Amino acid sequence: MPEELHAPCHFEKPRKRGAFDRRDAVPCLLFHRRAHKLGKSQQPAARPTPHNVPQRKAKNNHARVATRQINPGAGKSTLELSDTETAIKILVVDENPIRRAIIEEGLKLAGYENVVSLASTLRLVDHIYRLDPDVILMDFENPSRDVLDQMFQISRIVRRPIAMFVDQSERGSISAAVDAGVSAYIVDGLKKERVSAILEMTISRFRAFDKLRAELDEAKSALNDRKIIDRAKGFLMKSKGLDEAAAYKLLRQTAMRQSRKIADVAESLLSAIDLLEPPRGEK
Amino acid sequence: MTAIPDSAQSDGTLVDGILEIHAGFIPLIDCAPLVIAREQGFDTAHGISLALHKDVSWANIRDKAEAGVFDCAIMLAPMPLASTLGLGGRAPVPMIAAMATSLNGNAITVSRSLYGEMLTADRQHAQAGGMDAAISLARVIERRKGDGSQPLTLGMVYPFSCHNYDLRYWLAAAGIDPVNDLNLVVVPPPLIADSLKSGRIDGFCVGEPWNSVAVAEGSGTIVATKSELWADSPEKVLGMRAAFVDDNRDGVERLIRAVTEACAWLDVPANRAAAAEILAKPEYIGISANILARGLCGSLTRGGVFNGNPEGETIVFSKGGANFPWVSHAAWLLTQMIRWGQVRTPFDIAEVARRVYRPDLYRAAVAPLGVTTPEMDSKTEGGGQFFGGGTFDPSEPLAYLERTPLRDTNIDLKSFRRTPV
Repeated sequence: MPEELHAPCHFEKPRKRGAFDRRDAVPCLLFHRRAHKLGKSQQPAARPTPHNVPQRKAKNNHARVATRQINPGAGKSTLELSDTETAIKILVVDENPIRRAIIEEGLKLAGYENVVSLASTLRLVDHIYRLDPDVILMDFENPSRDVLDQMFQISRIVRRPIAMFVDQSERGSISAAVDAGVSAYIVDGLKKERVSAILEMTISRFRAFDKLRAELDEAKSALNDRKIIDRAKGFLMKSKGLDEAAAYKLLRQTAMRQSRKIADVAESLLSAIDLLEPPRGEK
Repeated sequence: MTAIPDSAQSDGTLVDGILEIHAGFIPLIDCAPLVIAREQGFDTAHGISLALHKDVSWANIRDKAEAGVFDCAIMLAPMPLASTLGLGGRAPVPMIAAMATSLNGNAITVSRSLYGEMLTADRQHAQAGGMDAAISLARVIERRKGDGSQPLTLGMVYPFSCHNYDLRYWLAAAGIDPVNDLNLVVVPPPLIADSLKSGRIDGFCVGEPWNSVAVAEGSGTIVATKSELWADSPEKVLGMRAAFVDDNRDGVERLIRAVTEACAWLDVPANRAAAAEILAKPEYIGISANILARGLCGSLTRGGVFNGNPEGETIVFSKGGANFPWVSHAAWLLTQMIRWGQVRTPFDIAEVARRVYRPDLYRAAVAPLGVTTPEMDSKTEGGGQFFGGGTFDPSEPLAYLERTPLRDTNIDLKSFRRTPV
């Protein structure tokens, strides 16, 4: 497994003591990783430039190419992205399985096929070294965001240009990300357009997820309403000797007269029954 | 039709209704000033309405404050400075610290097994606690080096935090190199006690209640409190975008008054237990009031003895002019960013400190309350309990750094000299 080679594990395999001077001791975790990725010839620049990225990518893409070919026909947009771009490895960190699946799906539809996801933030830093992603997408509401932040701040200290929080020059995209609840960490100097596209996709997916959740809540409450109405109907049928249609009509008329929802009337009726009748096994 | 409240009348800048201010906080006991301002109605008494937002990470607080999702937040004191300087690879966003909201309040906790090692290595210093506890830790580290054990891993909450600087200072004062002799990692406060229990970290520096949570779970021992390191040392501030102050000067002054009164309420000893009850609510900290009371009421269960001013063992919200945003605090925090290599681009320490910490704003805001404020903006820090001795003269921050051992020597202090304006 070539990816295992650059896995200096923070907690399990701490670095050797005294092997580094103070300047790069903690950051060396990142240094190892970069040494592997960059190759010895390429010195890290002060800032990421779009020019050095494809070059670097081209050197290190063997593992990724293979992954991409497993599923060559996913979506038309693949055609619009070059090989280097679809090979971008995106890590999705989200403890919510449904949203995680939605994001993964969306990224794949957009032509990004090298998507890995983590369901937990346990040993997050270790996983990041092992998986070696170019972009990390994370739920904003996860406390482990601070862990990533430190990781990237350390990398800044040693002037290794490998981290950004979205694109700082675009205030709009930050606000949108904050608003939607997604944080994106770009581990490499990716092309700006790629970053924006990934982020936009993720933001819209996050919002779609919220909508889905709202709809689900609504559906749940509708189902609940129906159950309540059915129980109220059942009570009326039994106590007043009505048939089902008549029981429903009575509920509806009462609701109309009181300008309330049928479910509310049914609920009031049921709570009144609960008060009047001794508790029984629910059936 | 209805009478305009007196406070609004006297000021006259509020025309239609009251200003709603959205404020962010992290669930720690030092979020109390905002919570109490809201719960005890100090906000409405001063003609504003506070909408509180609990958040999960300091990075979120920073992003939401910078993006204007929050108007203000209880921040780690170094955060507005870091945002203004654009540290961490970010675009600079001018922020200000309108007031300090609490001093002290953090502690250093080590795992039970590490405390055991400290007692074995150097019982006297381990039991002495405070700055001395680090001396016994240094012995442990020495011994572990000798027998080839793994280096220790200590946790703190955020790179731009007093926890980070205090912990590093505490270690360095005992001759421990916080960069080479151990691993320092960020662990979010709610996960810190668990990380200690599972052995992923050997100790940490964090605010209450998380030290007491580790103690209550039987996984940690408190060996030093922040006030033993530096009595009445800066910790949290009320931070906000500079642009928010420009646009809402009157509202910000009202906010400062409301929070200042909340802080004064919190420092009435009889109110601390009530504060613990309020903070225990799930929408605030959601930890039992008994645990919260340990940090609030000065009943920390700890290893060793407390070696400081007993008044200062617990968190201070108001006493002794605690809310004044000392420019010298800002200058000291900036020296620590330079010391540990968080900032390399030269800047003018005094200028940045003055731009971010705003005693002028604070003085103007609290004048109607009759709160007395110092005439000076800066003071010589230390003299009392200050990392085992010495002082910090804010007019000579570079000289202070030059004298400081164990700093990032790649940073050329000469490049930081004041440049002519």
